[in-house]
Amino acid sequence: MKFNKAIVALILAIVMIMGLGSAALADEALKMGVIGPFTGGAAIYGLACKYGAQVAADEINAKGGLQIELLCEDDEHDAEKSVNAYNTVMDQGAQMIVGTTTTTPCIAVSAVAFEERTFMLTPSASSAKVPEGKDNMYQVCFEDPAMGIFSAQIIADNNLATKIGIIYNNADDYSTGIYENFKAKSEELGLEIVSTETFNDDTVDFNVQVTAAKDAGADLVFLPIYYTPASLILATAKSMDYAPVFFGVDGMDGILAMEGFDASLADDVILLTPFSAFSEDEHTVDFVAKYQEVSGGDTPNQFAADAYDAVYALYNACLAGGIDGSTSPEDACETLIEQFGTLEYVGLTGDMTWTPDGKVNKLPNAYVIKDGGYVAFGE
Amino acid sequence: MVSFLRFLINGISLGSVYAIIALGYTMVYGIAKMLNFAHGDIIMVGAYIAFCAMAYLSLPPMLALLCAMAVCTVLGIVIEGLAYRPLRQATKLAVLITAIGVSYLLQNTALLIWSSNPKVFPTLFDLGSIRLFDGNLVITSQSIITIAANIVIMLALTLFTGRTKMGKAMRAVSEDKGAAELMGINVNRTISVTFAIGSALAAIAGVLLCSTYPTLQPTTGAMPGIKAFTAAVFGGIGSIPGAMIGGLLLGVIEILGKAYISTELGDAIVFAVLIIVLLFKPAGLLGKPMREKV
Repeated sequence: MKFNKAIVALILAIVMIMGLGSAALADEALKMGVIGPFTGGAAIYGLACKYGAQVAADEINAKGGLQIELLCEDDEHDAEKSVNAYNTVMDQGAQMIVGTTTTTPCIAVSAVAFEERTFMLTPSASSAKVPEGKDNMYQVCFEDPAMGIFSAQIIADNNLATKIGIIYNNADDYSTGIYENFKAKSEELGLEIVSTETFNDDTVDFNVQVTAAKDAGADLVFLPIYYTPASLILATAKSMDYAPVFFGVDGMDGILAMEGFDASLADDVILLTPFSAFSEDEHTVDFVAKYQEVSGGDTPNQFAADAYDAVYALYNACLAGGIDGSTSPEDACETLIEQFGTLEYVGLTGDMTWTPDGKVNKLPNAYVIKDGGYVAFGE
Repeated sequence: MVSFLRFLINGISLGSVYAIIALGYTMVYGIAKMLNFAHGDIIMVGAYIAFCAMAYLSLPPMLALLCAMAVCTVLGIVIEGLAYRPLRQATKLAVLITAIGVSYLLQNTALLIWSSNPKVFPTLFDLGSIRLFDGNLVITSQSIITIAANIVIMLALTLFTGRTKMGKAMRAVSEDKGAAELMGINVNRTISVTFAIGSALAAIAGVLLCSTYPTLQPTTGAMPGIKAFTAAVFGGIGSIPGAMIGGLLLGVIEILGKAYISTELGDAIVFAVLIIVLLFKPAGLLGKPMREKV
């Protein structure tokens, strides 16, 4: 008798799932799965993407026409949970994925999506390994190598340093990827690197790393890292009266939005980022206001802007390729791959086109932090 | 030489924070015989309470610290009463899993309340710094206060457990819960008090940790918590001076290892030393060897 019950339950479950699937196909709205860490240590990045995507979807839906429904799932920055989250949103009827936010889960999910033919556009997973060998995986953010190469070029072109110290997170693909390419490009350009120090996600004490750069006489410290550890490094350097030029990349964006942060610590920090929440550009100002409404008062960082651009880029490609709420994920995938070959999109993070191997072409902007705001570098 | 001194002071200061956290671990373990893995997260809650008291209510640092201690004390008692007390007779494994559950609960509740955006903790008690050797050696007042607080707390705890009635009750419960109960000691109350003291210490540790390393996010307590647990085991879990020595050694080894061997291997060195110590002294540096009665 028990056995029969189990079979009945199973059949009912199958019927329900099939029912859900067919209901989704009949729906008019375009369904995008948004996957990222909304809880846990990396929640700051996942939530920024979620809210950024939400702002884009709200704007599009307010205009009328083809509507968007976002299906958001948490992956806690864990590869296995991310694949589960992917399966969940696909079961709910997602036709394409905005995500995943972080690199390691993105590599795992894109492998599955490649097999199942689902199109993915990640706002922020910047490792070169993410799109490698997968024709359905595209990025909105810069690839890590590009960031490292740009940085070395700017330092060399402007004679910013004679001796360079580097502090990077060797437990993080993003940081390591930028570091390796920065180092290679620096050698090519004849820049001298005098100290290279590492830390990991759990490091709270940066005295050793900063002392090493100071003792080596570095007049510029390159920080290819996120802003949370960067804020500790800046405070540590100040406590030992060490004031080199600090040069950060897009992960540095957001440092001024930290509650309670002493902005004078970041004065004269140079950073390379495609997005600045301080820009007076009309589009950005509008985005910042809407983002604050959605997120409950946070200032958006580049993750949020990249996710916003990702939703719009996908939406534009869907319109151009005639994809609507009833297109199957497989068909949408082939159409989107074709569309991204020719798509030109002007977004918050710059003017973008894509290469066939999934990388974005856009230009980063260099900014200098002055009095708690960004000033374009060189002005 | 100057840089060695700088690293040493740095290590002692970091070690003092570990030591204060380890004191909480060791008290609870010594008396309730359980590993309270949520201890690291109580540190985080303490730091957030102090941050809110200063940033939103503009309270002076000392008052903010007292607020944090009060909230954490209540939190500690509530957690013990709701989550651990019903499991008093359960297996150790069940209590351990519950503690991990409480840890996740605290972290994610903090995420909901204070969001994942890191907050920058203000510098407390900034009395300037001492500059020696032509400014090559800078000792911040933070480091001095942390080290001093550590010593005061350890002495106070030693006196408390040695001289007061409650302290004696704690030692009795630690030695034999059943016999202590037969002697008329209220075991539940004693364990509650232990949690209260441990959590108040966690609040102090949180404030000191965050005023030295000023970023505060819901995961702030996790890694220092684990390091401090290591320190407690290192020194001999259950022993108050052991926790202090373990914490200090751990901090110094970590910093010197990073400075003179490799920043990449810093943590590996710390844990390698722990393994070596435990191979030769399985009960830790100051721990009493335990005899299993058959």
